[in-house]
Amino acid sequence: MPDLKHSVRVQIPYHLRNLARIDGDVALEVTAPVTLRSVLDALEARYPMLYGTIRDHETLKRRPFLRFFACEEDLSLQSPDVPLPEAIAEGREPLLIIGAIAGG
Amino acid sequence: MWRQLDRVISATDRLKTFAQFLLEFKGGIAEESSNDREFLARWIFAGEEILSKVRVLVGTKKGAFILSSDGKRNKWDVSGPFFAGWEIYHMKGSPVDPERIYVSQTSGWFGQLLQASTDGGKTWFQPGVKPEDEKPQWPPVKSNRFTYDSSADTGKPLTTHQWYDGTQKPWEFKRVWHLEPSLSDPNTVYAGVEDAAIFKSTDAGESWHEMPGLRGHGTGPDWQPGAGGMCLHSIILDPSNPERMYIAISAAGAFRTDDGGKSWKPINKGLYSKYIPNPTADVGHCVHHIAMNPKRPGTLYMQKHWDVMRSDDAGDHWTKISGNLPTDFGFVIDVNSNEPDTVYVVPIKSDSEHFPLDGKLRVYRSKSGGNEWEELSKGLPEKDCYVNVLRDSMAVDKLDDCGVYFGTTGGQVYVSPDGGDSWKAIVHDLPAVLSVEVQTLA
Repeated sequence: MPDLKHSVRVQIPYHLRNLARIDGDVALEVTAPVTLRSVLDALEARYPMLYGTIRDHETLKRRPFLRFFACEEDLSLQSPDVPLPEAIAEGREPLLIIGAIAGG
Repeated sequence: MWRQLDRVISATDRLKTFAQFLLEFKGGIAEESSNDREFLARWIFAGEEILSKVRVLVGTKKGAFILSSDGKRNKWDVSGPFFAGWEIYHMKGSPVDPERIYVSQTSGWFGQLLQASTDGGKTWFQPGVKPEDEKPQWPPVKSNRFTYDSSADTGKPLTTHQWYDGTQKPWEFKRVWHLEPSLSDPNTVYAGVEDAAIFKSTDAGESWHEMPGLRGHGTGPDWQPGAGGMCLHSIILDPSNPERMYIAISAAGAFRTDDGGKSWKPINKGLYSKYIPNPTADVGHCVHHIAMNPKRPGTLYMQKHWDVMRSDDAGDHWTKISGNLPTDFGFVIDVNSNEPDTVYVVPIKSDSEHFPLDGKLRVYRSKSGGNEWEELSKGLPEKDCYVNVLRDSMAVDKLDDCGVYFGTTGGQVYVSPDGGDSWKAIVHDLPAVLSVEVQTLA
């Protein structure tokens, strides 16, 4: 039986869109279960220039000045292996990767 | 007949060689009129100015810029910003292939990236990334992966350094401060990073490995961060000895390897730093920058936190050459490319007030290798100037009349096309300048 694929939308910060040379949301095919880890794995595989920019290469921890939001929830502190809300897995809502508003 | 040659000879070096031949071949040239000889002389030197080009690579807090001119260094084209919004700590071209430029691109949000160009900065790419490839790329880009080596195979380099409060703290990679392309191979480049270590790439920046001998010699627990972080900011390659390199760390001091980076030794004898428990310790000194003229590789100049220093034995011993400087605090130092005894610094008021004395931006030049310094002010701000000039923000070109360049935290990049006698701002309003390098293109 083939792996179940989900079409997931991701919004990434302006500078990362420039780096990946894309406009707007990113559409990804993600193998179930849809979690932060599987979405970020798919994002980095499709856009290898983003590797290390959202989570650390070694520890795979989220970079401190980035946060993950979806369906009006802050998911930044949850385990990367917790399934994301159904609305994300079904592509109805995007996963938002947001840069902290800080600095000059 | 000399005028006809104008059409067929185009390279500066050929001009010089040919001119030398003619001037020595007195029998032949004597048959020409004096007017022709005068024309020839003017033509030769004008040829260098017109045919040579300089490319100034400017890293700023908010992107990279390239300033280009011919050898007259009077009219400038400005391109950029490249990587707009990102901190560009350093960019430097390969001396073997000047079209190859490496860039350190960093961000507090997104970490470290490496960028490169193979066409002199017209287009850029992350080494190892194929953005045009629609298929997933795995393994992903490694060009921004700087992993400290603590393996037993390489001697288990110590993994902690001193923190501001005196406790020990694990090494943690933050950013690349300096990129130094090899003198012989365009695919080889060294990176000085924070927390302090040196990395090497032999595949044009696609992957990096630490040269662990530097952290492995055992003094790491005495290294500590300066106010800007514990950065390895200076890398100097000895053109006369491929096995010899120099590096400097703030605040650990200067180090030298004589075996291609396998082992390193501190070279800080003669430094005196009153702010550390033992002012003459082997390590712990806040060296801000070191510089060398490749024509005299055994002589090094240093701008320390306080004190301007000189070594004539490859760093084994240093002597203070601050002499009559109005203040010997500062960050930059560089050496005239044609005159190994001509040195430039930009005195900064103090470690508490990082701006020029009395609001007057000044370069100081010594033509005697230090101690006797002259103030250079022509073309520089006379009042109300409170910028800083950061450690990697001064460079020299290699033209006959050495050009000197420096950038400020106020966004100005100044050029002196006459070895420091006069200065002019190429640009006034860039973001804060973090680094300046210059390429001399024949």
